Amino acid sequence: MEFYLTAIMLGLCLSAMALGIFITMKIFGIPDITTDGSYTLGAVLTAVLLTAHWPAWAIIPVVMLAGAFAGSLTGLIHTKLKIDALLAGILVMTGLYSINLTILGRSNVPLLNVQTVFNYLHPFANDIYNEALTGLIFIAVLSATLGYLLKTDFGIAMRAVGNSASMTRALGINNDVMKITGLAMANALTALSGYLVAQYQNFTDINMGIGIVITGLGSVLIGDALIKWWSIQSIVAQLLTVLAGSIVFQLVLAFTLSVGVDPNLLKLVTSVMVLLIVSIPRLRMKKV
Amino acid sequence: MITLQNIKKVFNKGEVNEVCALNDVSLTIQQGEYLVLVGSNGSGKTTLLNIISGAESVSSGNVLLNNADVTKLPEYKRSQWIARVFQNPLSGTAPDLSILDNFRLAALRTTRKKPVIGVNAPFKKLVQERISTLGMGLENKVEQPMGTLSGGQRQALTLLMSIMDHTDILLLDEPTAALDPRSAKIVLETADALIKEYKLTAVLITHNLKDAHQYGNRIIQMAEGKVLKDLNAQAKSKLQLQDMFAWFS
Repeated sequence: MEFYLTAIMLGLCLSAMALGIFITMKIFGIPDITTDGSYTLGAVLTAVLLTAHWPAWAIIPVVMLAGAFAGSLTGLIHTKLKIDALLAGILVMTGLYSINLTILGRSNVPLLNVQTVFNYLHPFANDIYNEALTGLIFIAVLSATLGYLLKTDFGIAMRAVGNSASMTRALGINNDVMKITGLAMANALTALSGYLVAQYQNFTDINMGIGIVITGLGSVLIGDALIKWWSIQSIVAQLLTVLAGSIVFQLVLAFTLSVGVDPNLLKLVTSVMVLLIVSIPRLRMKKV
Repeated sequence: MITLQNIKKVFNKGEVNEVCALNDVSLTIQQGEYLVLVGSNGSGKTTLLNIISGAESVSSGNVLLNNADVTKLPEYKRSQWIARVFQNPLSGTAPDLSILDNFRLAALRTTRKKPVIGVNAPFKKLVQERISTLGMGLENKVEQPMGTLSGGQRQALTLLMSIMDHTDILLLDEPTAALDPRSAKIVLETADALIKEYKLTAVLITHNLKDAHQYGNRIIQMAEGKVLKDLNAQAKSKLQLQDMFAWFS
C-alpha cells in the first residue's frame, strides 16, 4: 500500500510539470524539451539553497523565476531566430545541463538533515499523510491559479494562439509574446516540480531530468484521452484531468516495477508506455 | 480609408522562380466604399489584401490607413483598424475554443487581453443576441467548441465577430469559396448589411461574377499584378453581367 502511496505522491509532485506540458502542447502542439533541463534546474537550485539554510518557502520564487527564464530563452530562440521549437528546446536543455552541474558542483547532493517543505505540516501521526497534504495544497493552489488564468481574457488569447495563429494575429494578439510567456509559465511550473521532487526524495541528481518530458507527455496524453472521452469543455476540469493523468502514469509505472521489472529498465518502460498511449487510439482507428 | 502608394511586391527575389505579384499599384479606397476585386488566379488580389492587412510586407511603396502610414506595422497592430474574414473558414476561428471564447477575443481586437475574466452573463447575452440575427439557430450553442460547426456557420460567425469591436475596414478574401450556395448567400448578405450599417470600408475578393455584380459600389479587375479596370459606383451600377463575363474571355 505504501508503495502505491509513494507513487501517488510522486505523481502529485510531477503534476506541476504535467500542467506545464499541457500549456506548451496548447500553444505549440508539441512538448517543450526544455523541460528536461528546467526540471533539474529547479531541483539543483533547491538543493543548493536548502543546504545554504534558506527556508524552503523562500526558494519557491527563485526556482520559478529560474524556470521562467529558461523557458523564455527557448521562446526567444524559437520566435526571434525562427528556429524550430523542438530544436530550440533541445539547445536550451543541453546548455542547462552544464549550468546545472556548475550550480550543483557535483553530480548529486543528498538532502537529509535539512528542513524541507514537507516538514512544516504535522496534523497527522503518519508522515506519509503529512507529505501528501503538503503536496495536495501545492497542487490545489497551482491548479486554481492556472485554471483562473486560463479562463481570463489573457488565458483565452493564449489558448487561441496554438489553435489558430492566423486568427490571433488578425485579432491583435502578438503571437511571439504569447509563446514566450507561455513557455516561461510552463517551465516555471516544471522547475517547481523539480523543487518538490528533490525534497520529496531527499536528494538532487544531475541526471534526474533525463527523459522527464516523456513522463509529462504521458500524463498529458492520458489526460487528453479522458478529456476527449468525457468531452470535457471546462478548462479547469481539463487541468484536473491532467493532474489525474500524472498520478495514473506513476501508478502504472509503480505497478510494472512491483510485478518484478528491473528498475534499470524504468526509462524503457516509461517510453514504451507513452508509445502505447499514443498508438492505441491510432491502431483502433485503422480498424474502423 | 485605405491608401496604397506605388506598391510593389516581389516573391523569391533573385531566384529562378521570382514572381512579381504586384507591380506599382496605387489605389485609394474611400471610407464607406465597398470594393469588389476580381481577376484570374495569380493576378495579385490576395497579395493586395494581405498587404493591406499586414500579413505580407511590401517590397516597396507605402500603405496608409486613415492617412496614417502603417507600412512598417505588423498585422497584429493593424488589427486595431482592420477585421478580416479568411477564405478558409478554419483560419478565422479557433476550433477548440467555445463560440463564446472566440467572440470574446474578437470583442477585444483593438485592446489588450488582460488577466481578468471577461466572459460573463451580460457578454453571453450580447453574443446570443448578435448570433440570433443570423437565423441559424446557433444562439443556444454558444458554449460549444467552434470546431463542431460547419464551414458556413463558422464563416457567418467570423463575420459577426468582426464587428464585435470597433472596426473601420473589413477585408473579405473569398469568404464563400468553400461554402454551399445557401450558406454563401447568408454570408454575403450579412456582410452587405454590416458594411452598410457600420459604414465600413470593405474589400471583397471573389471569383463568382454574379456576386461581384450584385454587391459593392466599386469594382476592380486585376491582371498580372496591375489594376486593369476600375469602375466607380455609377459605372458599376450600369455594368451588365454579360460584360463582366467578356472580361475573362
